[in-house]
Amino acid sequence: MSNLFDLLVAGLATGAIYALVAVGFTLLWQTSQTINFAQGEFVMLPAFLMLAAMHAGAPFWLAIILGILLSMILLGLAFKMLLVDPMMRHGVLPLAIATMALAIGIKEAVKQFFSAEASPFPSIVPTGDISILGHAVSLQSIGVLVVAILAVLGLTTLLNRTSLGHQMQAAAQNPTVARIIGVPVERMILLTFLINAFLVALASLLITPIYLAKFSSGEVLGQAAFIAAIVGGFNQVRGAIAGGLLIGVLDNLAASYVSTQYRAAVPLIFLIVVILFRPQGLLGRAEERTV
Amino acid sequence: MSGFAKPLKIALGLIVIAGLIIVPMNFNRYGLFILSQWAVMTIAAMGLNLTLGYAGQVSLAQGAFVGIGAYAAAIMTTHGWPLPAAILVAIILSFAVGWVLGYPALRVQHHYLAFVTLAFSTLAFLVFRNESWLTGGIYGISNIPRPHIFGIATNKPLPFYYVCLGSLAIVSLAVWWLIRSPWGRAFMALRENPLRAQSLGIDTRRYTLMAFAIGSALGGVAGALYAPLTQYIDPVPFNLSLSLDLLMMVIVGGAGFYFGPFLGAMIAVLLPEWLRFTEGYYLMLYAVAVMLLLIWSPTGILGILDRYMAARRTKAASALRAVAKSRLETAQ
Repeated sequence: MSNLFDLLVAGLATGAIYALVAVGFTLLWQTSQTINFAQGEFVMLPAFLMLAAMHAGAPFWLAIILGILLSMILLGLAFKMLLVDPMMRHGVLPLAIATMALAIGIKEAVKQFFSAEASPFPSIVPTGDISILGHAVSLQSIGVLVVAILAVLGLTTLLNRTSLGHQMQAAAQNPTVARIIGVPVERMILLTFLINAFLVALASLLITPIYLAKFSSGEVLGQAAFIAAIVGGFNQVRGAIAGGLLIGVLDNLAASYVSTQYRAAVPLIFLIVVILFRPQGLLGRAEERTV
Repeated sequence: MSGFAKPLKIALGLIVIAGLIIVPMNFNRYGLFILSQWAVMTIAAMGLNLTLGYAGQVSLAQGAFVGIGAYAAAIMTTHGWPLPAAILVAIILSFAVGWVLGYPALRVQHHYLAFVTLAFSTLAFLVFRNESWLTGGIYGISNIPRPHIFGIATNKPLPFYYVCLGSLAIVSLAVWWLIRSPWGRAFMALRENPLRAQSLGIDTRRYTLMAFAIGSALGGVAGALYAPLTQYIDPVPFNLSLSLDLLMMVIVGGAGFYFGPFLGAMIAVLLPEWLRFTEGYYLMLYAVAVMLLLIWSPTGILGILDRYMAARRTKAASALRAVAKSRLETAQ
């Protein structure tokens, strides 16, 4: 049974990161019907921005701040203004394809300007183990879990308890009505893009020390986050959180209880089953069909 | 004007076909390989264009069907079966699997469907990689033979290019016929408004499944040609990114336009080759080019042409109207 406990903790830690990435994904979908196929690459890039800052001589804390700021400018502001805004009125599919091209672009740019090799990345959490209920649990897992939970709690508090959050939700749910009652919808949409950029930078900071900084690391992460978002509920922040944790745990359990060769298949089969029986996701609300 | 446009179109078409037959005769091995690849990818993209462009069903699994076709051909031809038999099996197999993949489309649409098919694509990749008793696993299958057609060996690049080109021609004619048949019209009705299509008595269930099955079968044909083209296959080329590439080809060329896949595959296969002189920057430039094109024209390259033609037609019509009006006025 001790094994199960360890697997659960590790699963929750990866799941918490999936949740961070998935939440940003659902935020963009809700406010601007953007399916961002580059979301995985969005997580990969900030680590390289931070590494670049460190190579230029900045201390780690400064590199983190610079990395987060740059990520908000590039992946939040520039992404919205240069790609999403001009394409939004053309519908979901062309924009989704454009983000696929963006994913290729980011990946190739990192490979070309930085390195094709995996680089080590310093951890914000000290390495080592602590003992919980007689189990050795790595501080890294705990740290990742705590930071991710704090971020998600902060976000849900912002969305549900503050007037800014209520305005954001109104803008997401019904832009027309929101505009009539005086919500600056455009600014709220921009804010969700900035929050997404912040969350991916945070996820990058948490996950890169574990899996190294590599130009191709976004593919797996992006796919896991998509699955998490859909399983939990494409249009619900809390759905994305639940989906993330669920997929993280499932992934870790599958790795040791199912064949290692088909471990990647378990979340996918789960995804297909959820979509077929509950397309709106476990916690999502159904989107109305339009004639 | 239209009486003049039609012979012009036919002449243009004949020139392009003659060009595709004659010009590559001087190409080197690599040039012929790239051009054959274009023909093969065009076939796969035409299949996806039927599913997505005409029937409006988003699929991120076309690459998996290319893989199914390729493995079917590789396994059969290395065991001594002739390629046409392998192509037939690839068609039947992809058609059947595509039919089954169509069932989720009866329940969910748009992005949900995209993700079901995306999951299928990854699952297919896992099967190619892990079932090594059948697929050779990560080592793949090598020494895939090229066929003899009417007694002529096609193991040199030029004859095999003509095999690919000939197959493309056959598929093009079949698709041309299909989209003009009642089936094609039913597909388009499905895309434009599924509910209205149903109320007009179109069996939307059957046509949705058909759209997936036929589109997938063409993916299988492309795969069955891809295996002898490269003469070696492993799981890597058939991962999710091939499905994404094919989707990109259809959208960039112009989804729902007959010639869209031809242009889209040209951009996706040839443009990176032309940009290769930029060394490591070529995929980056390609990505930027695709984004700029989609911002400029979300309906793809043929969308630009279509808008231009529509604008000219409106202009011509209003010119005619002006002439008619002035005649009426002078007559009075």
